[in-house]
Amino acid sequence: MSSAPGSEVGGTTTLVVRVENKAGVLARVAGLFARRGFNIESLAVAPTDDERFSRLTIVVGVDAAPMEQVVKQLDKLVNVVDIQELNPAASVERELMMVTVRADSEIRGQILDLVRIFQATVLNVGYDEIMVSLTGSPSRVDDFEDLLRPYGIVEVQRTGKVALPKLVKSTPDPLAP
Amino acid sequence: MKMNGGQALMKALENEGVDILFGLPGGAILPVYDPLIDSSIRHVLVRHEQGAGHMAEGYAHATGRPGVAMVTSGPAATNIVTPLCDAYMDSIPMVVVTGQVPYAAIGTDAFQECDTTGITMSVTKHNYLVTEAADIPQVIHDAFYIATTGRPGPVLVDIPKDIVDPNNPRSAMEWYTPDSHDLPGYLPNIAGDAELIRQAAKLICEAERPVLYTGGGILKSRGAEALLELAEMTGIHVVTTLMNRGGFPDDHPLCLGMPGMHGNYTAVTAMQEADLLIALGARFDDRVTGKVGEFAPLAKVIHVDIDSAELGKVRRPDVAIQGDCRVVTEELVKALKEMGGSDAQPDRNQWRSRISGWQERFPLTYEQSKGDELLKPQYVLEQLRDSTPDDTIVASGVGQHQMWTSQYWKFNHPYTWVNSGGLGTMGFAIPAAIGAKAGRPDRMVWAVDGDGCFQMTAQELVTAATEGFPIKVALINNAYLGMVRQWQEMFYEERYSEVYLTRDVPDYKMWAEALGCVGLKVESPEEVGPAIAQANEINDQPVVVEFRCEAEENVFPMVPAGMSNSDVVVDPSQRDRPR
Ligand SMILES: Cc1ncc(C[n+]2csc(CCOP(=O)(O)OP(=O)(O)O)c2C)c(N)n1
Ligand SMILES: [Mg+2]
Repeated sequence: MSSAPGSEVGGTTTLVVRVENKAGVLARVAGLFARRGFNIESLAVAPTDDERFSRLTIVVGVDAAPMEQVVKQLDKLVNVVDIQELNPAASVERELMMVTVRADSEIRGQILDLVRIFQATVLNVGYDEIMVSLTGSPSRVDDFEDLLRPYGIVEVQRTGKVALPKLVKSTPDPLAP
Repeated sequence: MKMNGGQALMKALENEGVDILFGLPGGAILPVYDPLIDSSIRHVLVRHEQGAGHMAEGYAHATGRPGVAMVTSGPAATNIVTPLCDAYMDSIPMVVVTGQVPYAAIGTDAFQECDTTGITMSVTKHNYLVTEAADIPQVIHDAFYIATTGRPGPVLVDIPKDIVDPNNPRSAMEWYTPDSHDLPGYLPNIAGDAELIRQAAKLICEAERPVLYTGGGILKSRGAEALLELAEMTGIHVVTTLMNRGGFPDDHPLCLGMPGMHGNYTAVTAMQEADLLIALGARFDDRVTGKVGEFAPLAKVIHVDIDSAELGKVRRPDVAIQGDCRVVTEELVKALKEMGGSDAQPDRNQWRSRISGWQERFPLTYEQSKGDELLKPQYVLEQLRDSTPDDTIVASGVGQHQMWTSQYWKFNHPYTWVNSGGLGTMGFAIPAAIGAKAGRPDRMVWAVDGDGCFQMTAQELVTAATEGFPIKVALINNAYLGMVRQWQEMFYEERYSEVYLTRDVPDYKMWAEALGCVGLKVESPEEVGPAIAQANEINDQPVVVEFRCEAEENVFPMVPAGMSNSDVVVDPSQRDRPR
């Protein structure tokens, strides 16, 4: 875990927290934020390849100084194994959105155009509605949602983002020890 | 070996070296109280579960070993929340076992069910809800490990009734002795970074006005000897926070005593004027710093703490070293020796003479009572200090009497001061003194208590009387919630609101006798010494000595809340002296 305050785009910070996969762990983590009055903007939880652990991807909107303290307090939780503060520039972020849009026969074609452009997927079609999904970077998902909004969004569900650090591009020095 | 969960719990506690358990039984924990009969562990039956928690804390304060309490579910669990929070704030190693309704009944609002792990999540270092009997040995082993390592703290283990009830098949298990911990998220770091320690040593060698600001981490890490060596080698003065009284001898010429809101003028001022603060296991608490932005404005800071979250929490250190206070202090001594030891320290004569000037002009002071005035509490404490053995253990409540005790006592040995610092829990003294006596039966144990505090936990004197813990209580009866009265006098224009307790109700002597203690009542200065001598002679019963004290006495010096430490208010008799 780096001690420098983490990524801050639009006043949000992304923390990737590896925790033991045990009952009550999420409550401990969430409690630390709640106690300080920090709102969690999005939260994704899933098991990792090692079934003993889960990974939480938490997006919070806070200042850097209290964030450093929260990260240190999180690190003190016995069930928290490690924490990464992810800088968007140095990580790959993905989010899934499912959205139902109003789409009577007149405008369905326009919506399908957007679906094609964004490489989204049609999941379900109704008499005057259409359900599509898109996986992509959070900002791409935002764009797609913004473009669909004028047609009338009936219901939208986003997963919250998950993220992994970007991989090293340069060849490692073969002479390095 | 086949056994049930209740037997496994007792065996697990025995394996952790537990010799005494403070508790009170009830429905959910009942099955564990049966194998207790056959256990080597002594159980002390308390009169209120808060008492059990504070006794466990007192035991831990005095011995350094984890205190253990066991209570039932629901109201008993909520009764022990205050001691858990107290132990959490003061980093006291403690393990609390609570009963819980049967696993299948959890979440059904069963009789005496409460969400104990939920309620205590933020006041424990860690807690467990055990769901299988087979987990008991490992969980208990882990609980003690977590409570006693790293930054110590309380751990709670909540045990549903069915997994300890021999009549329930869910309690059947095979005993095993755990020999390791599977705690991938818990790796306490002991050693400090060598390069940072060298940097700290360099800062020390350059400092003209350094002060060692030492906190509870010194006592927790058993680092008093290392601190003594560091101070003597460098000749640097030491302030001991409320949590480190006794961690450096008060009689030592380098000791400046307690800093903070009611600290010694010299301790407060030396920190304000310092060019280097060497903070060892101290946490820049608001009661020490006063207005943070104006605290020690000229000082660089070296901060050593085992808990990295303390480093930079309040004040940005120039050198931050995460590690055990004793280990890091020892390493610091080595690094300083390599740089030349005492010879490498600059000439600090000017600083020393400023310090002794403050000490001469602003000693602790009070006016002796005149005529038919009641006693001065400071006088009582001086007398008590001077008529008890040097290694007497002193526990205190919270209020004026606590500050006077810390100010006037001479703490010359580690682990002789048992006190509620961070939470400031009224009612702490009596049960904590009992716990201390249980841990150190060889020592004389005095509780200094306020009349307000006494009324919160006096029932535990029954525990002391019946279980054979002959503690002594110096009851400072000033007829008021004195500390609050003082604030109302100073900051609310003497508008006294709900602070008068009455002078004669209850009759403390009679109450003490009813609780199974010897009760004494002292009103005049001549009676103080003889009453203490009489109390010191009694070793088969607890004693309560009521000292009837002046109500109007205030604690000085005082840094009013939110003010800068530079604005410390001294005793009225010292106010026109040059600072
Ligand atoms: C449980 C609890 N309730 C309230 C307070 C607030 N408080 C702090 S000191 C004090 C007065 C204590 O009175 P007493 O025990 O008589 O001690 P004195 O200050 O008179 O020496 C009070 C009410 C507290 N610290 N703890
Ligand atoms: Mg009082």
